[in-house]
Amino acid sequence: MQQGDKTVQNKNKYGIEITKDLTIPKLFYEKARKYGKNRVAMREKEFGIWRPITWHDYLENVKYLALGLLSLGLENGDKVSMIGDNRPEGLWAEMATLCAGGVGVWLFQDSLIDEVKYIIDHSDTKFLFGEGQEEVDKAISILNECPKFEKIIWDDPKGMRNYDQDYLISLKQVQQMGRELERQQPQLFREMIDKGHGDDVALLFYTSGTTALPKGALLSHNNMLTMGKHLMAVDPCLATDDYVSYLPFAWIGEQMMSISCGLQVGYTINFPEGPETAQNDIREIGPHVMFAPPRMYEQMTRTVQVKYLDATWIKRKLYELSTRIGYHVADLKFQKKQIPWYWAFLDWLAYIVVQKKLKDHLGLSRVRNAYTGGAAMGPDHFRFFHALGVNLKQIYGQTEVAGISVVHRSGDIKFDTVGHPIPETEIKITEEGEILTRSSSVFLGYYKNPEATEETLQNGWLYSGDRGFIDDDGHLVVFDRTKDVFTLRDGKPFSPQYLETRMKFSPYVRDSWVIGDKREYVTAVICIDYSVVGKWADEKKINYTSYQELSQLDQIYQLVEEQIHKANKDLPETARVVKFVNLYKEFDADDDELTRTRKLRRAFVEKRYHDIVDALYSDNDNVHIDTTIKYEDGRQAQINTDLHIRKVKDCKLTVS
Amino acid sequence: MAVSNAIKEQDVLLEIEDVHMSFGKVLALAGVSIKIREGEIHSVIGPNGAGKTVMMNIINGLYMPQKGNIYYKGKKINKLKPYKRAKLGMARTFQKVEVFGGMTVLDNIRLGRHIHSKSGVVSGSVYIGKTAREEVEHRTFIEEKIVDLLEIEHIRNKPVGMLPYGLQKRVELGRALALEPELLILDEPLAGLNLEEVEDMARFIIDVNEDENWKVTCLLVEHDMGVVMDLSDHVFVLNFGNMIIDGTPREVQSHPEVIKAYLGEEDLYATRR
Repeated sequence: MQQGDKTVQNKNKYGIEITKDLTIPKLFYEKARKYGKNRVAMREKEFGIWRPITWHDYLENVKYLALGLLSLGLENGDKVSMIGDNRPEGLWAEMATLCAGGVGVWLFQDSLIDEVKYIIDHSDTKFLFGEGQEEVDKAISILNECPKFEKIIWDDPKGMRNYDQDYLISLKQVQQMGRELERQQPQLFREMIDKGHGDDVALLFYTSGTTALPKGALLSHNNMLTMGKHLMAVDPCLATDDYVSYLPFAWIGEQMMSISCGLQVGYTINFPEGPETAQNDIREIGPHVMFAPPRMYEQMTRTVQVKYLDATWIKRKLYELSTRIGYHVADLKFQKKQIPWYWAFLDWLAYIVVQKKLKDHLGLSRVRNAYTGGAAMGPDHFRFFHALGVNLKQIYGQTEVAGISVVHRSGDIKFDTVGHPIPETEIKITEEGEILTRSSSVFLGYYKNPEATEETLQNGWLYSGDRGFIDDDGHLVVFDRTKDVFTLRDGKPFSPQYLETRMKFSPYVRDSWVIGDKREYVTAVICIDYSVVGKWADEKKINYTSYQELSQLDQIYQLVEEQIHKANKDLPETARVVKFVNLYKEFDADDDELTRTRKLRRAFVEKRYHDIVDALYSDNDNVHIDTTIKYEDGRQAQINTDLHIRKVKDCKLTVS
Repeated sequence: MAVSNAIKEQDVLLEIEDVHMSFGKVLALAGVSIKIREGEIHSVIGPNGAGKTVMMNIINGLYMPQKGNIYYKGKKINKLKPYKRAKLGMARTFQKVEVFGGMTVLDNIRLGRHIHSKSGVVSGSVYIGKTAREEVEHRTFIEEKIVDLLEIEHIRNKPVGMLPYGLQKRVELGRALALEPELLILDEPLAGLNLEEVEDMARFIIDVNEDENWKVTCLLVEHDMGVVMDLSDHVFVLNFGNMIIDGTPREVQSHPEVIKAYLGEEDLYATRR
């Protein structure tokens, strides 16, 4: 029961006092006035060049956009939705909405029409900022079904030349309307900002919804600002820092870094050219701080592992040597032991020869603090980054606390925990083992869902639905979602997520789904990584035409079996994966198998693949699949195939 | 669609008049005539071996017609070399991509800017003054107009030979566009592409044809009937060196001989949708 760190003063080191009166627009206005034309607020890579946008430009754009929204008829508390890639216009739209007294709602860029419709309709959205043709098309198709939905604002003219519906308006036109309004009422923008109060709703944020429809969490200005302040008290950032914004704004973590923290510190936010260039653009910027869900780090690990397999003999040997040194030093650090001078020297050598270059390629060369959160990260990935000398920390939090509540402290990192609560945040564990949080960042409630609010918010405590405990060092250990926790055949509880992340350390495994609650033994459904396994097959001169065919090849089963065997090694016998099957496709958010943040929707896949589950617990070696799959463009295809079921070697089906 | 009769002579960008071409005893083109008007997408369809590529090679100047004339903007260009035709504003892509595999995407596209380079040998060899300024202008043009249009930001510095086929086709289109052509000849731009790539490519062709920045007249040779009928203003049907019909997609689709010779063979030319 860790108490918050009371020593942190109300006024933090950036000279900002977060009172109940402060709002995000007020802070924004203050910063923009202070920095003016002398500081770069954001950069966007466009046409191959990084183009700076100063705080002055940022303010001007937001001002006219906000006034334009007023001219369009935005009233206090109206909802404005945003959809599109990470780009300055997206952030301007959000900030303008807040300045004009509206409430911001973000949608995932790749949301399907049904998802867009649900959120637009449920949130009572009046205006939608869509990036370009694709988003506008989505919005047009649902316009008639959402009675409160009035206007669509777009900013990328590409492909928009034949659209002339009167509910469409370009961002530039809205800003022009704003300019006219300013001429009539020059003080209006200031007055609007001054009207705001910290307890007003700033954002309506939809949770990813692993079980049911997404719920809309209402977050106040104060929630967002105190959250940022508390994180910055732990790991201060500098105004000269660079941050790369490339993860969806509809994810609370990105809001936290771009708005809550970014605004307080005033660091530069960099926007990559497009989603495909993000990795390369990150390398060019070399950010100082990074916050990404585990899948991004998993992807980096996979990249390194695959490049390693491709490298020449001498490079491979050097890499092996340097990682061995790295792992040893990292383990010493985890155990908080003194590092002997000769190991420190070897570590320095490893850094010079291998790690420096490697970190540069991953865009991690300047990173002071890298955070991962949103899902569990496997210990193997975690150790991998520390062996590279990257200060990777786990965080724990949720949309309902405006981001995070628990984080590792530098020099006090344990890879199976998530660390200590941030200042002025209390964490409590109920008798059932549920994690509760109380702080000034706890949200106001769910939009139009009093039952869920009542369940989640009790006496100021947030009931997370996560199971965990606090270890001897006062670190919080998050076990898993309460409803997901397994009971193994020996009656012990076990976390399926832990098993899944262990298997995902293999570059050949992209996704895994572990089954075994109250069953005789544990089994797994594996989605192979098409590009990595495909490349492996090419090198072995194995023929295949599609994912489906590749996944069912005997050699591939052999390969996956080895990977599972490795992951099984340190596990208690009852938790080992005994049987597995390679799925004929990858899990996909478009098929509802994953959430938009790529979390497995367990209840759904269990229903969808019940045939496979049944077969895994029978004596069959095969399971017949006859199903239709839907492509994004609406076409359907029939899948008619047999999946093999394989037993992992050295695993017993029953207790000896 | 109101067409044909009302067209004035000056609207015609390219005209072929009674062109004959034979290779030994094989008569590839037996008196073909076509008028391509400014701003349109004019497609040429026909079974394999109908003479479509020969027709493109004649327009582009790779072959000289044995009989008949070619007019570009009213000027006879029968004997003009291909590079001279490029200077007049003609660009093309090939059925099988003809890119420089060892060069980067940017360099391939830059090559297409060559005809717009005005600086001399001396200035070019030391890369100062005029050449440097020109290079910057070219690069700006390439980035703002071509890379952005074709969405190839993520590969601009990759060697073309390493890229998948679909992207190589895009690069080739980019190089043709770098010439800032008035007439773009596209020889089977969709061949060998998957569904997603076909949709992308079709969109680029429409963009190039309609967008304020481009307004390029397109001559399209293609087998994918769905795309051809969707995009084209006019469709020219060729069968063993002879024209069957030259009309609007609607007229072509209802022409009995076309149906017999071409569209009827559904299995062979089934559209990809």
